[in-house]
Amino acid sequence: MAKSITQEFTKGLWAEVPPFRLVLGLCPTLAVTTKVENGIGMGLATTFVLVGSNILVSMLRNVIPSKVRIACFITIIATFVTIVQLLMQAYTYSLYLQLGIFIPLIVVNCIVLGRAEAFASKNSVILSIADALGIGIGYTLSLAAIAMVREALGAGTITLFGKSFVLFGHAFMPFTFMVQAPGAFICLGLMLCIMNMLGSK
Amino acid sequence: MEYILLAISCILINNILLAQFLGNCPFLGTSKKMETAVGMAMAVIFVLVLAGVFTWCVDTYLLKRFDLEFLRTLSFILVIASLVQFVEMFLKKSIPALYSGLGIFLPLITTNCAVMGACLINIKEEYDFMHTLVASFSYAAGFGLALILFAGIRERINLGRVPKPLADTSIGLVTAGMIALSFFAFKGMV
Repeated sequence: MAKSITQEFTKGLWAEVPPFRLVLGLCPTLAVTTKVENGIGMGLATTFVLVGSNILVSMLRNVIPSKVRIACFITIIATFVTIVQLLMQAYTYSLYLQLGIFIPLIVVNCIVLGRAEAFASKNSVILSIADALGIGIGYTLSLAAIAMVREALGAGTITLFGKSFVLFGHAFMPFTFMVQAPGAFICLGLMLCIMNMLGSK
Repeated sequence: MEYILLAISCILINNILLAQFLGNCPFLGTSKKMETAVGMAMAVIFVLVLAGVFTWCVDTYLLKRFDLEFLRTLSFILVIASLVQFVEMFLKKSIPALYSGLGIFLPLITTNCAVMGACLINIKEEYDFMHTLVASFSYAAGFGLALILFAGIRERINLGRVPKPLADTSIGLVTAGMIALSFFAFKGMV
């Protein structure tokens, strides 16, 4: 049980990386990964909520009665989501518009509630922060990876910090299927398959 | 006529699972067996209609009136969570047969983003009361339709031999993509 902080941190990056290994938090994974920028923005917003809620849940873990713990966790998470929502509206308005209803929906992202319930409610504050950062950064990286594949194939560009980088020459015909709804499912399914192949060796 | 068009567009064209990507966790989680898929679909229809109506009332009569729109996320999730709890208690007490069918799916619905998402879409589209009612029911029906179709296909897939790295979730996602592709054909109908 005595795991070091680095172990808790690094498990989120590969061994338990959320959308692939745990198959949680799929809705934003599929919906916002049409552009690399959106994927990273969503990942960072989720990381902020994860860290905030993990800290608070871990601090209050001895105070919250176990019968009403889920309701308490959800209230804590919803508070942090509201903070993120207002901050994004103020400082990154175009990203806020692009992500739309998926920012308030971080509340019902199973990753956040899952970490609060499975980890933060049983471990100390420092370990919970390490856990949240690991899972959050793993989530951000995987969203970025999926978005990179989808955007590169679907539009032939990579969008970062408001700039689009064109990847291919004029002869490239964008494979628009990839940035539309069905492409999201198939792309994630095939990436999961590749992950499984790499992992099983 | 207007309501029929709205219903068709919510069920087929803007299908909440396959076109809007809401509620994918239970979609993959409960679709391994037909029985659980039907249970989940019924529970979602039941809760989503109630939640849609309740959150609309809260938004119109409380949040908008007192300029409290920034509390929308917090209040909606609390309304949904308490509603689910209440429905669970009510069913357990008065309709035990239905409770034993839906029982284990009800708590899961609190974190089903289809419910919360549909409520937020209703507010964003500025529907009035009747539109909210029709849209909520149609979104839930669309969810049920996609989930049950998907469960049927998935039961079949499990009988075949799937390459090992593709097994389970991976092939499930690819199949979901194919179903999404067929729903994609409804675009441009309305």
